[in-house]
Amino acid sequence: MSTQTRTYFYQGIKVGWPFIFLISPFAFLFGVVAMQAGLNVFEALSFSVIVIAGAAQLTAIQLMQENTHTFVIIFSGLAVNLRMAMYSASMAVHMGKLPLWKRALVAYLTVDQTYAVSIAKFETEPEMSVADKFAFYIGVATPILPLWYLATLAGAWTGSAVPSTLPLDFAIPLTFIAIITPMLRTLPHVIAACTSVVLSLALAFIPFNLGVILAGICAMIAGAASEEFIKNKGRVRREQT
Amino acid sequence: MNRPEDIWIIIVALGVGSFGLRFAFLGIIGDRTIPEWLMRHLRYTAVAILPGLIAPLVLWPSATGGAMDPVRLVAAGTTLALSLMTGRIVISIFGGAIVLALMLQFA
Repeated sequence: MSTQTRTYFYQGIKVGWPFIFLISPFAFLFGVVAMQAGLNVFEALSFSVIVIAGAAQLTAIQLMQENTHTFVIIFSGLAVNLRMAMYSASMAVHMGKLPLWKRALVAYLTVDQTYAVSIAKFETEPEMSVADKFAFYIGVATPILPLWYLATLAGAWTGSAVPSTLPLDFAIPLTFIAIITPMLRTLPHVIAACTSVVLSLALAFIPFNLGVILAGICAMIAGAASEEFIKNKGRVRREQT
Repeated sequence: MNRPEDIWIIIVALGVGSFGLRFAFLGIIGDRTIPEWLMRHLRYTAVAILPGLIAPLVLWPSATGGAMDPVRLVAAGTTLALSLMTGRIVISIFGGAIVLALMLQFA
């Protein structure tokens, strides 16, 4: 590792570590609700190590408690994680030239925080080499991932001691409201979210929670279509003036 | 609570699938460009799926057997309002949770 590459690694750690305060509560919460759902400590920890995706993990736990069909649980969790494919596409532009095992490592470490921080850095400093980018990325992930595992473990140990009178059933809905609201940055995002809510309520009669998946697909199309519509309208207006 | 029989099937399938999604373009496409229409749809996955997932849970909570519950509606509203005002995730969750706990205590 050259001195410059090492500098990028430390820079990554420096921007990455404050995120431990953001992600630890989620991992902790996951540990608690996983225990309430009847998992054991080892299963809860394995979930966090193998899947590392808070929203998908909480989705799976929620659906498990509703006695949903296994296939629908898996499908819904993966649907929530579809954004990872977008991150992968956007990272491929910067790190697609790395050897396969390094690309596999980057893929495993792709979470909302590592992606958001890294893409911002890569776009503002285009002179970074592929090795620099990889070092920075690993640096960002270094404090985040171990804390994700540890906080899950802490939550799981606590979870078995939490009295069942606490209304933990509502922890997941409140968490998701707080996660989604800041994401509604543009009109297409708001349209997608509203479509999702309305259709999922209207299609709630469909068994195995399949209505949620249908609503999600329609909402995704609604978001993409309205983005396209707004863009085209802007272009027409510019051409008229 | 119902502990699903196939918990390990769920963990492994979600793990393999999530890695597949993360690796999809990095591993297979390398540094070729991704079609714009695909990126446009993927941009909306989180806001398209999560609201639909929780909307029924807020309106028809499982804890009350699916009956609409004013206490939980107010708690959800508190989290939403805090989130809109502050944009801070942890504050919003705790705000709603405290309101829920207090109202259940004294209702």
